[in-house]
Amino acid sequence: MLKVSGVHTFYGAIEALKGVDIEIASGEIVSLIGANGAGKSTLLMTICGNPRARMGRVLFEGEDITGLPTYEIVRRGIAQSPEGRRIFPRMSVLENLQMGSITAKPGSFANELERVLTLFPRLKERIGQRAGTMSGGEQQMLAIGRALMSQPRLLLLDEPSLGLAPLVVKQIFQAVKDINREQKMTVFMVEQNAFHALKLAHRGYVMVNGKVTMSGTGAELLANEEVRTAYLEGGH
Amino acid sequence: MTALSVSSPRSIAWPAILKEAAITAFVALLLTVPLVGLRTVDRPTGLGLETRWAEVAAAVGLVFLGRLGLCLIRDGQPTVVLVLAAAATAAGFLIQMPTEALRVILIAGGAIIAIRAAIAIRTGRSKLSQAERDQRMDRIAAKVQHASRWLGPIAVVVALAFPMTPLADRQLLDIGILLLTYIMLGWGLNIVVGLAGLLDLGYVAFYAVGAYSYALLAHYFGLSFWVCLPLAGLLAAGSGVLLGFPVLRLRGDYFAIVTLGFGEIIRIILVNWYQFTGGPNGISGIPRPSFFGVADFVRSPPEGTLAFHEMFGLEFSPLHRIVFLYYLILVLALVVNVFTLRIRKLPLGRAWEALREDDIACASLGINRTNMKLAAFAIAAMFGGFAGSFFATRQGFISPESFTFIESAIILAIVVLGGMGSQIGVVVATLLVIGLPEAFRELADYRMLAFGMGMVLIMLWRPRGLLAHRDPTILLYGRNGKGAGGAAAGTAAAGGQGIAGGRAK
Ligand SMILES: Nc1ncnc2c1ncn2[C@@H]1O[C@H](COP(=O)(O)OP(=O)(O)O)[C@@H](O)[C@H]1O
Ligand SMILES: [Mg+2]
Repeated sequence: MLKVSGVHTFYGAIEALKGVDIEIASGEIVSLIGANGAGKSTLLMTICGNPRARMGRVLFEGEDITGLPTYEIVRRGIAQSPEGRRIFPRMSVLENLQMGSITAKPGSFANELERVLTLFPRLKERIGQRAGTMSGGEQQMLAIGRALMSQPRLLLLDEPSLGLAPLVVKQIFQAVKDINREQKMTVFMVEQNAFHALKLAHRGYVMVNGKVTMSGTGAELLANEEVRTAYLEGGH
Repeated sequence: MTALSVSSPRSIAWPAILKEAAITAFVALLLTVPLVGLRTVDRPTGLGLETRWAEVAAAVGLVFLGRLGLCLIRDGQPTVVLVLAAAATAAGFLIQMPTEALRVILIAGGAIIAIRAAIAIRTGRSKLSQAERDQRMDRIAAKVQHASRWLGPIAVVVALAFPMTPLADRQLLDIGILLLTYIMLGWGLNIVVGLAGLLDLGYVAFYAVGAYSYALLAHYFGLSFWVCLPLAGLLAAGSGVLLGFPVLRLRGDYFAIVTLGFGEIIRIILVNWYQFTGGPNGISGIPRPSFFGVADFVRSPPEGTLAFHEMFGLEFSPLHRIVFLYYLILVLALVVNVFTLRIRKLPLGRAWEALREDDIACASLGINRTNMKLAAFAIAAMFGGFAGSFFATRQGFISPESFTFIESAIILAIVVLGGMGSQIGVVVATLLVIGLPEAFRELADYRMLAFGMGMVLIMLWRPRGLLAHRDPTILLYGRNGKGAGGAAAGTAAAGGQGIAGGRAK
C-alpha cells in the first residue's frame, strides 16, 4: 500500500533521513520505534509531503506521491495524527471533528461521526467542550478521531502515547487495535513506547539516526536482544 | 499578588499608609513636572517656557489622595473610602479645577476608587487576582456574546431609527458615519486577523485602492458611484490576491512586515504618480452618490432630471444626503457582518479559524492553506475596497494623506482591542477608539494621551482583548448546558449536513 524507497530528507543542510526504505501492506499495523531525534516524525511528515523528500520516492497504492502538495496527498487517503496532537484548542470537539471531515466525501459526516464517537465514547460526552480544556488522553483521542474523519485508507500516528498515563495509553492502543480490526484500517505508528507499540504491531521497524537498522515482526523485535537493551530495559 | 486582607476591623497603620501615598505622589511629581508643569510657547522673541505649577500641585494632590484611598480600602475601610470617593466624583462636577483635564482625572479617578471600594465591600477583599479578574471578564464577555443575539438586532434597529429622531443633527450623523466606517473596516480586517489569524498591518492599502478606484473611474470615465462600487471592490480584491500570492508563504512577523510594506508602497505610488493620481494634491470634485442612480441630492436639478426631495415630495434639506450616506454605510457594514457570521459556519470560515489555531494541523487535514489564506485576504480586501469608495464619495476629496500607516494601526487596534474574531468586540472597541476621542474633543491635546493610556490599560487588564470569547458555532445543548447525548448526536449530524451542504462553494 505504501512504499518508501531510498528517501533522503533535509532540514537545510541537516540530513534527517538518510535513505529510508519502508513498506506497508494493506490491513497491517506497522510500528516504527527509535530514540528521540532519530527522524521518525520526519519520516511521517515526508510521507505527507512536508518537508519533501530530496531523493527517493514515496508510492501510495502504486502512485508516486513524492512531489505532491500536502493537501493532495491527504485527499488521496492518508491521514495523520501529528506529534503533540495539534488539536484546535479553542474549537469545540465537534468542530475539531468537522475539520477532519473537510476533505471527506460529502454526506459522509454523520456516519463517520457515529463511528468515531462509538470508538471513543469519551468524546461523545465532551462533544460541545472546548478541545483545549480536555485532558491529554481525551485530546489524543480527538486527534485520532479527527484524522479518522477524513475516511483515510492509511492512518499515520505520531507518538500517540506521548505524555499519557499508563492506563490511558492502554485505552489508546486498544482503540488503534479496534480501528485496525473493525475498519480494516492500515496503521503506521511511530512510538517511543516500544513495548506496547511492538506488541500491538504486526511488523515493526527500528530507526537510528535517520536510517532503518532493523525490521521484523513485532514479536521478533520484542525478543531481539539489541532492541531489548536499547529500547525496553532502559527507559521503559 | 492577592491582598487577602479582610474588611474586619484592624488598626490602620497610618505612618505606613502616609509614606506609601507620599512616595506615589513623589513619582507623580517627577512625571508631571516635565509633562504638565513646563510648556513651550511661541513668543515673538522665540520659543519660551511657561510654567503651570498650579496644575502640577493639583495633580500631585489628587494622586496623593487617590493612593490614600486605595491604601485605606486595603486596610479595611472601604465604606469610608466609598463615601469620600463618591463625594470627590461629585465635587469634580461642581468645583473649578485649573484645567478641564484635571477635572476629568478627578471624576474618573474618584469613580474608579469608588468602584474598587464597592467591590471590596461586596467581596471582603481589596483586590482581585489577575486570574479572578480574567475569569470575571471572561464571564462578562461570554454574557455580552450571548446577549449579542438580541442586543445585535436591537443595536441595528437603534442605528436604523437614529436618523429619524430629533437628535440627529449634522454633527451626530457625521460621527455616526465615521463610526460605522471604522466598524465596517474593523469587521473587514477581522476576517483576516481575527478569523484567519494573519497579522495584516497594511489593510489601509485596500481602503486606498477602493477609494482611488472610484475617484479615478469617476474622474476619467465619468462612471457613477453605483457602477464603481462593485468595481472598486473587485479591484481591491484583485490587489489583495496580487499581494497575497508572494506574501502568504511567509509566516508570522515576516508576513506582518511585508503587509506593512505593501501599505506604504500603495501610498507612495499614489503620491508619486502625479499625472494619474494627482499626487499629494489628491483628487477633488469626486461625484456624490445619487439616490440609486435615479435622483440627485440637489436643490435645483438640471433640466429633465428629478431631485430626491421632488421625487418624494419633501422640502429640500442638505441633511437628506447625509442621512442617505449614513444608511449606505450602515448597510455596507451590516453586509460585512452578516457575511462573517455566515461564513464562520461554512467550511471556508471554519478552515480560517483552524488556520489561526494551528497551521500545521490544517495541512495534515488536507486543507490547501495558500488558497484559504488567499480567499481571506481577497475577501477582506474587497470589503476594504467598498469602504474606500464610500469614503471617497462621502468626502468628495481624497489624497494619500488619508491612507497612512496610522489608519491601518487604528483599524488593527480596533480588532485587537475588541478581542480577535469578536464581532461585537469590534463595535465596542470602535466606540472606545474612535468615539471617545470624538466625544472628548475639548480635551484637545490630552486626547491622544488618553487614547494611549486606554490602550495600555486594556492591554494590562485584558491582554486577549475586551471581548475575547469564542462560542462554538454550533450549540448542541441549547443555552443552559444540559441535554441528552442522543440529542447531541442528532444535532451534530444536522451540523454535518450543514457543513456538507456548504461545501458546494
Ligand atoms: N523543523 C526542523 N528544522 C530543523 N531540524 C529539524 C526539524 N525538525 C526536526 N529536525 C531535526 O531532525 C532530526 C529528526 O527529528 P525528528 O524527526 O523530530 O525525530 P523523532 O521524531 O524521531 O524524535 C533531529 O535531529 C531534529 O533536530
Ligand atoms: Mg518525533
